[in-house]
Amino acid sequence: MTYEFDWSSIPGAVPFLIDGMVLTLKLLFLAMAIGIVWGTLLALARLSGVRLLSAAAGAYVNLFRSVPLILVIFWFYFLVPFFLKAITGDAGIAVGAFYSALVAFALFEAAYYCEIIRAGIQSVPRGQLAAAYATGMNYGQAMRLVILPQAFRNMLPLLLTQSIILFQDTSLVYVISLSDFLGAASKVGTRDGRLAEMYLFAAAVYFVMSFAASSLVRRLQTRFAT
Amino acid sequence: MIEIDAVGKHYGSFQVLSECSTRVNKGEVVVVCGPSGSGKSTLIKCVNGLEPFQSGSITVNGVSVGDRKTNLPKLRAGIGMVFQNFELYPHMSVLANICLAQIKVLKRSRNKAETRARSLLDRVGLAEQAGKYPGQLSGGQQQRVAIARALAMDPVAMLFDEPTSALDPEMIKEVLDVMVGLAQDGMTMMVVTHEMGFARKVANRVVFMDQGRIVEDAPTAEFFVQPKTGRARLFMSKILQH
Repeated sequence: MTYEFDWSSIPGAVPFLIDGMVLTLKLLFLAMAIGIVWGTLLALARLSGVRLLSAAAGAYVNLFRSVPLILVIFWFYFLVPFFLKAITGDAGIAVGAFYSALVAFALFEAAYYCEIIRAGIQSVPRGQLAAAYATGMNYGQAMRLVILPQAFRNMLPLLLTQSIILFQDTSLVYVISLSDFLGAASKVGTRDGRLAEMYLFAAAVYFVMSFAASSLVRRLQTRFAT
Repeated sequence: MIEIDAVGKHYGSFQVLSECSTRVNKGEVVVVCGPSGSGKSTLIKCVNGLEPFQSGSITVNGVSVGDRKTNLPKLRAGIGMVFQNFELYPHMSVLANICLAQIKVLKRSRNKAETRARSLLDRVGLAEQAGKYPGQLSGGQQQRVAIARALAMDPVAMLFDEPTSALDPEMIKEVLDVMVGLAQDGMTMMVVTHEMGFARKVANRVVFMDQGRIVEDAPTAEFFVQPKTGRARLFMSKILQH
């Protein structure tokens, strides 16, 4: 007996799948934005001369890089409401799967962004900081105006590559029943008994989008290199 | 203007500077020379607090550099510094390089900052290069932009840390010409350099350093005619041989 592929459930499900992709992209861009800001602060902490601060940031990075992402998603889904209840005493606060997933991704990815940005800061010659200080800038100004712009520029390809990985990782939210793109595809497949087709279709969409994005990164890389 | 009194600095057990004392009066040009590793670059970086030191004191315009209570950014804003490797900001245009600290530190308006930047670019002979990026300029041009960037802050004194050491020979002159012009306009200058022609032409005094100590501090004419120490004589004979 051979399996007969039947793709007919896709056209009717397009609006639902688009809703799923919108959620995926919302999660991606918000987690990227928060993750990069938090990762930058962590990188500055790791490189700071204050030993306690750099040790704390180092511990954070090592912790998040040593646990599976899926566990972090679970933790936040189950623990955040628990903590909120403990803090506010109000049992009725609903964080929602989306926000708990967003917090989990942002905090998790920040650990990776931190290491990329730290390498970026270290790639800027030390004399640049001296030059900024010599004109009377304080630490914050020197970092914001002179060092970080160069660090981000040097690390842009790596930051984007990490974000493509994040795009793929957002599919893990199916474990907390969020209807992201994969979640939506899976629900349609289950409803119509066409899981194989829907998973193949989802894989194709993830592949096309990730491949397009990484080709773009490569082009950017060669343009910056010259 | 700049008073350096018994300054000492060490990395662990390695003594980089010991008992260094000298001064640069208002309007004076003092050249600091000596073999590499003698501590001259370290000494000049101590003057604006880029390098900390453990003993002695340095005051600039009456403000103590080593004092913990001193507002170092404010002090540095009033002292120009030019580095061996230019250290222009590569992600900004020449004009933006010169405007940045004027706007962010001195809080000048963009208009005022740009006017000042353009007049300084004109002064260093680079009026046409305002819109270019540092990477598009030659080393000599970059260093002249760096001088303009420092001057834009209206400093009371200028520090030069081997400003021509990273330059090709044919570009050294264009940078030295700008520096000679500054000296003749009465700028207070402390210059670490091996350019003895420059020293002879504009320096009021020459300070000679060796192994972290100031071994000779003499008026220029005296230093060139008759160095007091054997170490300075040996150094001079080596660099003036050709």
